[in-house]
Amino acid sequence: MTKQIVFLISLLITLGVFAFTTRRLIAYFGFTRPARVDHIGERLKIMLKVAFGQSKILRKPVIGLMHALVFWGFLVILLGSVEMVIDGLFGLDRSLHFLGFFYNILTSFGDIFALIILIAVTAFLFRRIFLRISRFEGSEMKPWSHVDANIALGLILFLMISLLGMNTFYILYAGKAGHIVYGSFPVSSVLAGWFFNWPVGKLHVMHEVSWWSHILSIFFFANYLPYSKHFHVFLSIPGAFLSKTSPLAKIPVMESVLKEVKMMMDPDAAYEDPAGTEEVERFGVLDVQDVTWMNYFDSLSCTQCGRCTSVCPANITGKKLSPRKLMMDLRARMNEKGPGMLKNGIDFSDNKSYLRDYISEEEVWACTLCNACARECPINIDQPLLIIQLRRYLVMEESAAPGELNTIFANIENNGAPWQFSQDDRMLWADDLFVNGSENVN
Amino acid sequence: MEVQKKKVKVPLMSDVYSSGHRPEYLFWVGSAGAFDDRYKNVTRAFVKILDFLRVDFAVLGTEESSSGDVVRRAGNEMLFQMQALMNIEVMNTYEVKRIITCDPHVYNCFKNEYPDLGGNYDVIHHTQFLQEQINSGKLNLNQSFFEGKKLTYHDPCYLGRANEEYRAPRFVLDSLIENRVEMTRNKSYALCCGAGGGQMFKEAEKGDKEIFIERTEEALDTGANLIATACPYCMVMLTDGLKYKNEEEQVKIYDIAELVTMSLNL
Repeated sequence: MTKQIVFLISLLITLGVFAFTTRRLIAYFGFTRPARVDHIGERLKIMLKVAFGQSKILRKPVIGLMHALVFWGFLVILLGSVEMVIDGLFGLDRSLHFLGFFYNILTSFGDIFALIILIAVTAFLFRRIFLRISRFEGSEMKPWSHVDANIALGLILFLMISLLGMNTFYILYAGKAGHIVYGSFPVSSVLAGWFFNWPVGKLHVMHEVSWWSHILSIFFFANYLPYSKHFHVFLSIPGAFLSKTSPLAKIPVMESVLKEVKMMMDPDAAYEDPAGTEEVERFGVLDVQDVTWMNYFDSLSCTQCGRCTSVCPANITGKKLSPRKLMMDLRARMNEKGPGMLKNGIDFSDNKSYLRDYISEEEVWACTLCNACARECPINIDQPLLIIQLRRYLVMEESAAPGELNTIFANIENNGAPWQFSQDDRMLWADDLFVNGSENVN
Repeated sequence: MEVQKKKVKVPLMSDVYSSGHRPEYLFWVGSAGAFDDRYKNVTRAFVKILDFLRVDFAVLGTEESSSGDVVRRAGNEMLFQMQALMNIEVMNTYEVKRIITCDPHVYNCFKNEYPDLGGNYDVIHHTQFLQEQINSGKLNLNQSFFEGKKLTYHDPCYLGRANEEYRAPRFVLDSLIENRVEMTRNKSYALCCGAGGGQMFKEAEKGDKEIFIERTEEALDTGANLIATACPYCMVMLTDGLKYKNEEEQVKIYDIAELVTMSLNL
């Protein structure tokens, strides 16, 4: 009974802290702009492929496969964790054993995956600590990013060790105490051989120790994630669901601009919808309250893996732009400004902004909109759209485009081409166009 | 025997339409196709192919205007929408159903973005059109003209990554040349030429290197003496890259349409 009470208290603390974190994040989402979620069927397909199928992380086959195994392993082990919560609350042991054959499959997969994840995470840690992977570096990668990564990987490593310990000591303790051993544990059965001679009391204690350390680390991990770059453990699946369904380079129409353009082109339309009835929205993005909630969601899901930046032509050739930095800075800026907005409302100003204080105009204009970053992102983050939104602010609110771009705007307005050629000369290419007459002479 | 020359008459939509005919295709020339000296040759080459295949098409001529793609990507949504609505009005007046273009940016913009503003057309890129013509047996190509040559193809971002058309250009090229090699970064991994998103018209931001040089070096590393592409921006950038590397004599860059006309001796 004491065990159940202790468990209940730990669970309540976990949920309480989690609710506290989530409430603040939801309030931050409230400061962002709306975005539409439609095409549910198409979204489910993308989610199955990108999140559950890990299709994009596999674009780097070796490390991608290791990640995919960790992901699939997590899914199986998660079911085991649900069982542990039931056991903890009701004072049971292996409560899902009534699933019978399926339970054997579940436990054996969980057991094997624990070993696979342990090996993969050890390799990830080794890579991060001893090998210099260039995409883990960059101006936006502060020491904390590296510490954060190692904490998260270290926690996962501990979770797997405690899980294997739990299984191993369960087999031995339950067996020696004369209970039925439920489930099947291919890896832990081997490990059990090492501790076979231990007395039943010690085995019991070790089982309790590993059980508690496993579940309590999960509780801690769950509350660490929202503050970590590893938040993608929660957000990548819904993130893939929310990602865009249209072709990669498609830019959605700005409805607020469309209204103005239609009024300009057809003055009669102005009378149909009298102006002044709604608040004028700022064009583009200057600060965090101008992004859509999907942009903010992207920034929270970003794991800083740097695949985007590693394929960015501007970044490769030494320009300041880094697509990863766009996401990291958006999250950081919300963390900076969010508390002030919570206190004083959305109009709160700290005399800083996402554009300029975090992302410079130089970065915004260095992008070629080639979409390599978006194609590479394992969780379908849309970095180019954020760049377009920043450019829209600079162009439509401040007329602050680079001079050469202002020239092409003027040329297109005046003569319908980016260059200063007369529209009447659009057919000059067709003058004196001859073909070698052969079979199609008529 | 003296080679006969035949003048190609390019049908104007306004003429064709007023004569009561509705051409099968609108060929969208694009601003680069109409004004860029190098790319005008691509427009001419493609029109020669259309003429050779006796395709029923027309162009808008002076009624054509910028698609607005570049200004949209440079952040000027307002000007984009004005251009788009104006173009859509012109095309809808002429009851345009199918559009062919040599410009992947126009292709992407018309195919994916104009529908939001009321412009719904069946849009194809000229490489897709050429592939269709080969598949239906109307266009017969062989590999004799480029025998002994080695070619590499540069994927334009807005045809490849943006619209996942990697096959059509390669299919056409494989009908023209035996020895085609891939660059290290190709298809969805291809490196941009550096001109997209408005960069074509401005100086690049400060860095260690120009993007077009990085990409040209990658093309040169294949040992190819022909580079093929299918986009006006890529053509400009890689041409500059070859000049910068002093390779413009040894290595030539062509649009796929030009390679087809060379092979057909049009």
